[in-house]
Amino acid sequence: MADILSPLPGIFYRKPGPDKEPYVNEGDHVDVGQTVGVVEVMKQFSEVRSDVAGTIDRFHIEDSGTVNPGDVIVTVSEA
Amino acid sequence: MERLFIANRGEIAVRVIRSARELGIRTVVAVSEPDEKSHAAQLADEYRLVGPAPATRSYLDQSAVLAAALDSGCDAVHPGYGFLSENAAFAAAVIEAGLTWVGPSPEAIELMGDKARARDAARQAGVPILRGSEGAVGHGEDLIAEGRVIGYPLVVKASAGGGGRGIRLVTAEEDLVATVEVAQAEARAAFGSADVYLERFLGRARHVEVQVLGDGQDAIHLGDRDCSMQRRQQKILEEAPAPALPDAVRQRIRDSSVELARACHYRGLGTVEFLYDPETHEAAFIEMNTRLQVEHPVTEMITGLDLVREQLLVAGEGKLPLAQDEVRFRGHAFEFRLNAEDPSSGFMPSPGTLERLDWPGGPGVRIDSGFVAGSVIAPFYDSLLAKLIVWDASRTEAIARSVRALGEVDVEGVKTTLPLLQALIQRPELRDVEHHSKFLETTPELLGGAA
Repeated sequence: MADILSPLPGIFYRKPGPDKEPYVNEGDHVDVGQTVGVVEVMKQFSEVRSDVAGTIDRFHIEDSGTVNPGDVIVTVSEA
Repeated sequence: MERLFIANRGEIAVRVIRSARELGIRTVVAVSEPDEKSHAAQLADEYRLVGPAPATRSYLDQSAVLAAALDSGCDAVHPGYGFLSENAAFAAAVIEAGLTWVGPSPEAIELMGDKARARDAARQAGVPILRGSEGAVGHGEDLIAEGRVIGYPLVVKASAGGGGRGIRLVTAEEDLVATVEVAQAEARAAFGSADVYLERFLGRARHVEVQVLGDGQDAIHLGDRDCSMQRRQQKILEEAPAPALPDAVRQRIRDSSVELARACHYRGLGTVEFLYDPETHEAAFIEMNTRLQVEHPVTEMITGLDLVREQLLVAGEGKLPLAQDEVRFRGHAFEFRLNAEDPSSGFMPSPGTLERLDWPGGPGVRIDSGFVAGSVIAPFYDSLLAKLIVWDASRTEAIARSVRALGEVDVEGVKTTLPLLQALIQRPELRDVEHHSKFLETTPELLGGAA
């Protein structure tokens, strides 16, 4: 299991836009460097990427949830 | 008007509380959960929780904001800038609920929010506009013909865009059709309307604007401003009056802006924005902002007026509180936007706790801040920390006073744009009015550690 952490404080979004599909869902395969969500800090958006390849196990932060630096956003089961 | 609901936060909420209090109006400010201990919440007579941290679920939640205004017994709503300030549906809902909306009518907001319709209204009122298509463009042959009339380079703009969003440059005819198609698809996705129009492209232009105030029948202007110092279409430093503008151009943009305000029965404060080409001395309409603007204090400094007071009086009494010949202009003013961003690392946002916050003083110096020492700058909203406004009798003296005042600012706990502001005010290009709206982006030494 690998934890993907929020690098910044702000609001976490799982989707690129309100009417869009989530970047990834639980059970999906992810590659190293793949975007799993974005954090909005003061109207600027930073992508959150997976450090590992594997399967999305669980999101710990809901869509539009607030995050602090170091919070676990998602856990990935390494392939 | 006895009890005013302020649907905003930060420095503008504080700004509105001050003017309302002087008029004997009680204030209730909307707060999100992280803003319950904000400076604005402490300063207002009361505050009402409207939702959690994300603005979409608090400051932008129309039903929550309106319910809080009604529940707190307010008889008027001031939207500040940003958030719901230019939302025609919200303005209509406020009026429908029997409250006074401190702003123009929903119809005027809607007209100016549709950039192609706004352009037509401006042209009819005699406001100078750039050569461009009449209304939204279509497809195929007509499009090519329109492009030839306008000439290249030209820009494709989304009718529902604004604030620099939804704009694409076309340098040659063979790219026109494809660019328009992409722009239409993007506009549909971003703004909910696929309408786009064409306009001649101005390269090195300055951004000048006229402040107007109307009561639905008559309108006056409160002079002009220059907001050319921008980064990614976000203003950083503004001044009033606009420097180095020929008298004829200044008169034309002022008079025609008043005419536009009259023609659309404009009520309240509004700003008509222009691009000004210093080579050809040509000014052309960009858009009209239907709200109080961030940079309104520079106008207050040179007119001696309180624009928020005028705005509240017009909204409450329905009549212009003063005539054009009662507006006098004196001296020159600059505004500096101090943002919680780190200019030495790509303007990275810098939220945190303000451990120290020392402001300058002395004659002609004003601070509009939403925060005090000990305040938390939350990561959820925009990065504007405070505005430093400096007035003096002449532009040259105002620059010298600004250098002095900026040197007294001491902020600890977050990174700020102070080093950039200090570098900008000392640039010869600013002194000689040779800057333009792309000056920052084309002057790399200002963007990488400007100390």
